[in-house]
Amino acid sequence: MSSETKKILTTDGIPLEVSLKKAEKKNKIKAFLLVAPLLLFLIITYIFPIGDMFMRSVDDRMVTNMLPKTFKAMEKWENLDELPPEEVYRGFYEDYKLLAENQQHGKLGQRLNKEKNGFNTITKKLFRQIKRKKIDESASLKEQINKLHKRWRNVEYWQAIKRTAPPYTMAKYLKGMDMYFDVDGSIAQVKEDRRIHRILWLRTLEIAFFVTLFCFVMGYPIAHLLATLPMKYSNLLMICVLLPFWTSLLVRTASWMILLQQQGLVNDFFVMIGLVADNNRPEMMYNKVGTYVAMTQILLPFMVLPLYSVMKTISPSLMRAGKSLGGTPFVAFMKVYFPLTIPGIGAGCLLCFILAIGYYITPALVGGASGTLISNQIAFHMKTTLDWSFASAMGLMLLSGVLVIYWIYNKLVGVDNIKLG
Amino acid sequence: MGKNPEFVKFDKVDKSYDGKILVVKDLQLDIAEGEFITMLGPSGSGKTTCLMMLAGFETPTNGEILLDGNIISNIPPHKRGIGMVFQNYALFPHMTVYENLAFPLRVRKIEKDEIDKKVDKALSMVSLNGFESRMPAQLSGGQQQRVAVARALVFDPSVVLMDEPLGALDKNLRESMQYEIKHIHESIGVTVVYVTHDQSEALTMSNRIAVFNDGKVQQLSDPAELYEKPVNSFVAEFIGENNTFNGEVIDIDNNKCKIKLANSEILANPISVKSKGEKTTVSLRPERALINPTDKMDNMFTGKIEEVIYHGDHTRVRLNLLGSSEFILKVPNSTSNLELKVSQDIKIGWNSVDARALDPK
Repeated sequence: MSSETKKILTTDGIPLEVSLKKAEKKNKIKAFLLVAPLLLFLIITYIFPIGDMFMRSVDDRMVTNMLPKTFKAMEKWENLDELPPEEVYRGFYEDYKLLAENQQHGKLGQRLNKEKNGFNTITKKLFRQIKRKKIDESASLKEQINKLHKRWRNVEYWQAIKRTAPPYTMAKYLKGMDMYFDVDGSIAQVKEDRRIHRILWLRTLEIAFFVTLFCFVMGYPIAHLLATLPMKYSNLLMICVLLPFWTSLLVRTASWMILLQQQGLVNDFFVMIGLVADNNRPEMMYNKVGTYVAMTQILLPFMVLPLYSVMKTISPSLMRAGKSLGGTPFVAFMKVYFPLTIPGIGAGCLLCFILAIGYYITPALVGGASGTLISNQIAFHMKTTLDWSFASAMGLMLLSGVLVIYWIYNKLVGVDNIKLG
Repeated sequence: MGKNPEFVKFDKVDKSYDGKILVVKDLQLDIAEGEFITMLGPSGSGKTTCLMMLAGFETPTNGEILLDGNIISNIPPHKRGIGMVFQNYALFPHMTVYENLAFPLRVRKIEKDEIDKKVDKALSMVSLNGFESRMPAQLSGGQQQRVAVARALVFDPSVVLMDEPLGALDKNLRESMQYEIKHIHESIGVTVVYVTHDQSEALTMSNRIAVFNDGKVQQLSDPAELYEKPVNSFVAEFIGENNTFNGEVIDIDNNKCKIKLANSEILANPISVKSKGEKTTVSLRPERALINPTDKMDNMFTGKIEEVIYHGDHTRVRLNLLGSSEFILKVPNSTSNLELKVSQDIKIGWNSVDARALDPK
């Protein structure tokens, strides 16, 4: 506002803006108090866990805290291609001795073993020597440790220790993309036959894409029918669409297992009508087909409902206008009806795709090996390998992927155009 | 243009939605080329159904609809070449004004230059030049309405249907739009079939009016005749204001009849009554009854003023007359106006020609 524009005063001489703020203050506080419980709930259950996940995914302080003296001494280790100087050996020895006294040395061995195979053996050897008090602390520790095992004389093992020095690391994210930090700190690709994660990412995107497509192809006519049928029929149809919503996910997935297995009802039916031979029943479960079928059925309502809510608002007279102006039913549909449903299509596809990307139970149960998705891998690391930081890293990659999709969608269609109902 | 008096013809058309109730009963209606005909009636009287059958969105259950001599019952809407203005305009909200108007031309594969010319002409007809790139949501109700009219006319249809197009506008705008549509009709000579439930709109705009009730055309005539000479009680009641007396015919000759009311007798013009003893409802327009008439009138009575309502250009007076307290008089506002006071007794007179004895209500 330019200084020339006069400030409007109330009859009492108070500037209008001030007066307005004062008058609305009470309402604002009330409104805030009303949303406060939800805000608190979201912070505790959403923002905080995501923050924690992020910390976990990059946290690498364990070794940093275990080997403080080693890393301090390593600052003076200049030529990284040669074995480190005596100070580093001494620092490592002292750190390790302390860990051995506190029974923490095993953890270190395991952690270093992940960095470079063979660490567990040589640290255990060192532990036994310390226990038997065979190390002479007054003599050169470098010589004594090097004598314990030839690996201690291999500079790569010391480089591996040095790599664990920074308290934060992106290693888990690289691992999620089948890459790793090479000895010299550069990023390298995992050998081709071991690239498991990239396949899973691509498969997740592929399945999410096709499930969304199937949902759209099947959901659009249903939504149109729902929006145009007379009330008494559309209510019944609506119940049919929503029925899966009210059934437990596990029950539904289990029913698909009953239907789709090789001795299942669908195959029985195919055999009965002579479509396939009894001894040549197709596999419809424990592969992608099973995942597609079950996920499409589960996600269909998420496509139908936004479409329905948009179609409900489109006046039937628009189609009539299109026809009366000379458009064939097809032209009227493509030029008039379809463009008006795009907000609903956007919302439905976004919902389906995002949900499909993170789907877990259904692919785990009916997907088999070729139907496993990235979320199953996350669960595997959460429950089986207990590598939570890796699971967190992949979880966050998934989350950022969703955010990217959302961003692209916003650029293309505009989030304001989304209609969820 | 050689005017075809049967340009649009409804021939014995019946329509039923559920197989039980006839919404349109045995409709026989001819519409001349270039005519502005209005279907007027209360809601549920079947007028919109007739329009929808003509547009092709509903099929007649029985009978045929002919357009310029050709049966069109089996032609789909998009091949009929009939323009239509919908109740809520039905402008395509995702298209600009230009694109809305170009739509019927584009689907007809007309060349771009020609489209530009026609759109420009149609827009100037409704004086909306310069609005080409606006979206419908950026227009006021009246402007949207005019775009809808322009869109229905831009592809030169032989018939334009309008389904209560002014229903959503406020009173002043509605009146000016009535004149505008009427002038457009006069200047391009297109046949217009107009549906409304607003009788003043029908009277203002139409060449002829078809009054619908209960699925049937009650009367088809020009506005003046419809108002002055309603053929039955429904039309008399529906069009304009109306004072009614229920009674029995006690005497009748060629152009006069005597009606016995509860406790008096009046003279009336026999329209639907033929013989003595018939029940009848007599209809009299409020402006045809005069206070203290100077001329000799064959019905003269005294009534008591019950209520006086000032309306600006006229004053409405409710009287207790001949045993009914619902008798309405319209007194024009002029300098010679009498002092009208409640509970005052005044003399009222009317000619028996204006008191039409119709079918009993």
